[in-house]
Amino acid sequence: MKNEWPLWEIFVRSENGLAHKHVGSLHAADAEMAVQNARDLYTRRNEGVSIWVVRSSDIVATDPSQREALFEPSEDKAYRHATFYQVPDGVKHL
Amino acid sequence: MYTSISDGIVEGQSDERETAFNERLDRSVKVEPNDWMPEAYRKTLLRQISQHAHSEIVGMLPEGNWITRAPSLLRKLILLAKVQDEAGHGLYLYSAAETLGTARDEMVEALLTKKAKYSSIFNYPTLTWADVGAIGWLVDGAAIINQIPLTRCSYGPYARAMVRICKEESFHQRQGFDIMWKLAHGTPEQHAMAQDALERWWWPSVMMFGPPDSASPHNEQSMRWKIKLFTNDELRQKFIDQTVQQAEQLGLKVPDPQLRWNEATQHYEIGPIDWDEFYRVIKGDGPCNRERLQARIDAWDEGAWVRDAAVAYAEKHATKESSAA
Repeated sequence: MKNEWPLWEIFVRSENGLAHKHVGSLHAADAEMAVQNARDLYTRRNEGVSIWVVRSSDIVATDPSQREALFEPSEDKAYRHATFYQVPDGVKHL
Repeated sequence: MYTSISDGIVEGQSDERETAFNERLDRSVKVEPNDWMPEAYRKTLLRQISQHAHSEIVGMLPEGNWITRAPSLLRKLILLAKVQDEAGHGLYLYSAAETLGTARDEMVEALLTKKAKYSSIFNYPTLTWADVGAIGWLVDGAAIINQIPLTRCSYGPYARAMVRICKEESFHQRQGFDIMWKLAHGTPEQHAMAQDALERWWWPSVMMFGPPDSASPHNEQSMRWKIKLFTNDELRQKFIDQTVQQAEQLGLKVPDPQLRWNEATQHYEIGPIDWDEFYRVIKGDGPCNRERLQARIDAWDEGAWVRDAAVAYAEKHATKESSAA
């Protein structure tokens, strides 16, 4: 079997005001077909008002084996969150 | 990139990774595509998801048989939407399976060369319009019971596909029940047609949950991996309990003289299942096995020029654009 159509990642905005969200992927020969197929495959029940398609091979992702090095340092920085600070009794609007 | 690292690992590291993997599963952390996973987990999942995808695709055939003969325009629209959903389910699942590192074409080839299986239920024929109702009510009803727990399975892409699928399946089951209801409350001939469909689809539907737990080799490991959350017999019991009651409401008789309600367990008990029939159909000797597979082979072969033409068109336009730039 030859000529497998490339894979595309599909992002759908469910309504204006919300960001596009990844919903899955599909195969299509080109971008135009990817949009048409995404419309048929992922928005049959009012799931969206806008679609983005991106070739899967164009996505650059973090390496899962680097997860700790990349994301753990933020775990011990509780002072970056508002809940870290004690608000004295009686102080309002803080 | 990541797999090339895991290719070269020595055994000690693999054990360590496997321990960490199991520990994450115990904490209900989902597995995502590029995460390290034991080869056996990957293989089992690939088999499970791709067979599920094949079932959705082959499952379009028995119902597609009635699109041109639906009894009204509304029924035709509903059936078209339903069959289109099944195609969608197949595509969601193929995509989920592809994240495990196997190309779509490889999966299709496995189906067409009989290396992969699909649900044996689709090897039964749809002889009357009532069969379309029975499929929605019983077959999709059984599928929902199978699939709802899988929305919580350990593999992220599979779980997410299942969420979409389950939302759509409830439409399928209700439209099927609606067909059965209309027929069961129609003329005596229509009622008889509904009864006949129930009689032919009941046992194959009960078998959809797979062999009994005592004869199901993959159960334990798959439950450990959280890609199966209830055993075949547990799911089957659930189906029987809810469906027998619905049959009563339809005024139809479940074709099992030994069926009885057990007051002590609060469950229905059924007579023996003909597992010989189940294995015969799985091995290829059901009423429609050859026809179903041939339909898929023909669709693939006859669509080849379309797939090639689309690629040629895309390549031509890509060259034009790059030379214009």
